[in-house]
Amino acid sequence: MIWNYASFLKKTRTGILTLLFLFLPAVARADTLDSGDTAWIITATALVLFMTIPGLALFYGGLVRTKNVLSVLMQCFAITALMTVLWVVGGYTISFGEGNAFMGSFEKAFLMGVTPESLSGTIPEILFSMFQLTFAIITPALIIGAFAERMKFSAMLLFTGAWMLLIYSPVCHWVWGGGWLMNMGALDFAGGTVVHINAGIAGLMAALFLGKRKGYPTTMMMPHSLTLSVVGASMLWVGWFGFNAGSALAADGTAGMALAVTQISTGAATLSWMFAEWVRHGKPSVLGAITGAVAGLVAITPASGFVGPMGALAIGAISGILCFFSATTVKRVLGYDDSLDAFGVHGVGGLVGAMLTGVFAAPALGGYAEIGSIGRQVWIQFVGSAATIAYSAVGTLILLKIIDMVVGVRVSEEEEATGLDITQHDEKGYNY
Amino acid sequence: MKLVIAIIKPGRLEEVREALSQIGVTGMTVSEVKGFGRQKGHTELYRGAEYTIDFVPKVKMETAVDDDLVDKTVSTIVSAAGTGKIGDGKIFVLDLQEAVRIRTGESGSEAL
Repeated sequence: MIWNYASFLKKTRTGILTLLFLFLPAVARADTLDSGDTAWIITATALVLFMTIPGLALFYGGLVRTKNVLSVLMQCFAITALMTVLWVVGGYTISFGEGNAFMGSFEKAFLMGVTPESLSGTIPEILFSMFQLTFAIITPALIIGAFAERMKFSAMLLFTGAWMLLIYSPVCHWVWGGGWLMNMGALDFAGGTVVHINAGIAGLMAALFLGKRKGYPTTMMMPHSLTLSVVGASMLWVGWFGFNAGSALAADGTAGMALAVTQISTGAATLSWMFAEWVRHGKPSVLGAITGAVAGLVAITPASGFVGPMGALAIGAISGILCFFSATTVKRVLGYDDSLDAFGVHGVGGLVGAMLTGVFAAPALGGYAEIGSIGRQVWIQFVGSAATIAYSAVGTLILLKIIDMVVGVRVSEEEEATGLDITQHDEKGYNY
Repeated sequence: MKLVIAIIKPGRLEEVREALSQIGVTGMTVSEVKGFGRQKGHTELYRGAEYTIDFVPKVKMETAVDDDLVDKTVSTIVSAAGTGKIGDGKIFVLDLQEAVRIRTGESGSEAL
């Protein structure tokens, strides 16, 4: 037998390389599937869906009067279904298609071209699209808090469907889909502008357009079940790990830090709202504590991938106090009926978070982003927030005006007095 | 026959029921109501706004008794339901024209 030295060397080298490969830690490369990342994002998708159904549904549902509880649950559930279909049809491609600086093009309408093999970073693109869908679901669902107890179901479906396609998706494209805000360097890790400022402003516009509920503010309209609201808020807190840590789109240290700062900010905000109320009124309220938690969750959202624990403490404490004032004093002074504080908590909290992201993302303050100066970044954050506010406000008003002309957005006075559960759905929430 | 209606504090119902059964009053109807007399309500907080709730939860107890048992019934309720504080409640005594036991058709005192 002739001994082939070259062949021997080649096999040896292959053998050594194979051995090395087996023992090296898995290195994520931009164009290969990472099963750890994929497994986490599958989980995160479920967590964020859970935030809407039933997290937000119960949080809002408990805050309305008994006669309207089903209307809130139904709105959240129906929005989930409707956004799912519309996202596939057009939302995904408008948000994440190539397109231009303003919106994506339609090459991925109906998720065409997205196969089980298509990748988005280290996860399957189809999974990325579904993860993003859960954001496109919860954003319009947040708005319902502003027009609770007085909006027609049909008008709500038309409005939220159109809003997701025409307002949410373009803004999503600006910030995450390769649009102008992304190129400008705006920092929004998980949706301070795309989700919370967007929904919050839309909510304010809706509250102003629809007008106050009959009897507001002199008639007492107490939450029919704060018990449900606490359950809902707790589900939001847990689910938000999927929202923020999932936005790392990887199972790594960034995700871990995002989870940590989410927890820290929420703890701080719960306490700061609670203590603010304790000082103001003499007793801390359950509603205050859970709303403070939500404020902290909202505010840390844009910052979650960029700030450290100290920044999170500050963002939480500050957002708790500022949202406390916006949902109580400011709201009462200005007189608008934002029934469940979609603007007071999500709008204001999102704005506070977006601006503070510019501050605490700086490495000097414990942050992890590559930014120029704090001043420059805060300016960029301001531009992003202002653009979202302007677009959402104008767009929402136009949509509401059109829908009002077609089907009418508000229920009649008598329907409002009887309650939406009976008048919109022929059902009662409780039968005992 | 008389119909004795007593509005009492919810927490005193058990005492009243027990005390009445001691004197031979073994039937009553109870409902949960709200009301106020001189007792002040309480405040509730919602989104930083304080609302005054005037109505206080109470229990309404109704029982039909023979004329010769009325005074004892009233005094028993007074001692069992009373706490000495504002909000103890009130008792009303009405003339009862007729009473009928549905199962047997008995009427009058037999039905009580």
